[in-house]
Amino acid sequence: MSTLTQLQIGESLPEVQLEPVSRMDLIKYSGASGDFNPIHTIDDEAKKAGLPGIIAHGMWTMGNLAKLFTEYYEEGFVQDYSIRFKGMVFLNDVVTLKATLKELQDQNLRFIVEAVNQQGNEVLKGEVVYHQY
Amino acid sequence: MFNDQIGKQSTKVKNAVERGAVKKFAEAIGDLHPIYFDEDTGRLSRYKNNIAPPTFPRVFDYGVIAGLNLPNKGLIHGEQTFHYKRPLVVGEDVYCYSKVKNYFEKKGNFGQMGFLVLESFGEDEAGNVIFSSTSTIVISEAVRKVLVK
Repeated sequence: MSTLTQLQIGESLPEVQLEPVSRMDLIKYSGASGDFNPIHTIDDEAKKAGLPGIIAHGMWTMGNLAKLFTEYYEEGFVQDYSIRFKGMVFLNDVVTLKATLKELQDQNLRFIVEAVNQQGNEVLKGEVVYHQY
Repeated sequence: MFNDQIGKQSTKVKNAVERGAVKKFAEAIGDLHPIYFDEDTGRLSRYKNNIAPPTFPRVFDYGVIAGLNLPNKGLIHGEQTFHYKRPLVVGEDVYCYSKVKNYFEKKGNFGQMGFLVLESFGEDEAGNVIFSSTSTIVISEAVRKVLVK
């Protein structure tokens, strides 16, 4: 297991590229989260809402992004996690998750985090403050 | 139109950080790390137990804010934040409630957009805050017009 303490400002955590978004991913997230808004799972409902097709829950992508930090659980925890949802994620989109260390204040590591799609467009952007013990 | 709701809050609801729910949630976000579900990994960790992913509070029941009637369609999730004092531990009870933190309107690409900021809290049995979160919900002019009818 690598450690966050060796990370220099401007360096990034290993990127994660997700498998293309599938309907089953979103059905599972609906069930696990309790968010059954049908625009995430049912084509007709998405179309009625003026969308070209079903879209991922913003919280699905935000949940995925947090896994960049999971393996460091002995060193600290995600103290602050703030996200702006900037673009929609559609079926078959390939999302890449990124985190770059921006600042170090005492025990807090401030990361810029983002998720981008296969066109390189940001679908979500924000910050993680990782508090080290 | 939600201005008069600012400051209103729900009654606390007791929620459990259920082992099965945490595993299912971790699976759904593709974060099946053993710290979330493997009992040995949990026991040997500094938390002495399994923990929950940072966005897990999405599953909690925060109770009903009386008088706040949101449509179940046409809302856009604009922003989301979480703030933690410590990670949530599997098996603990969390007392959750929400309040209307703010409402404002701004001219946007789709007319006059409404921004409703809901703040939610999760406390331990003694009333210490474990986490707080904010959700900014964007409500378009078209959706608000339907609400008034």
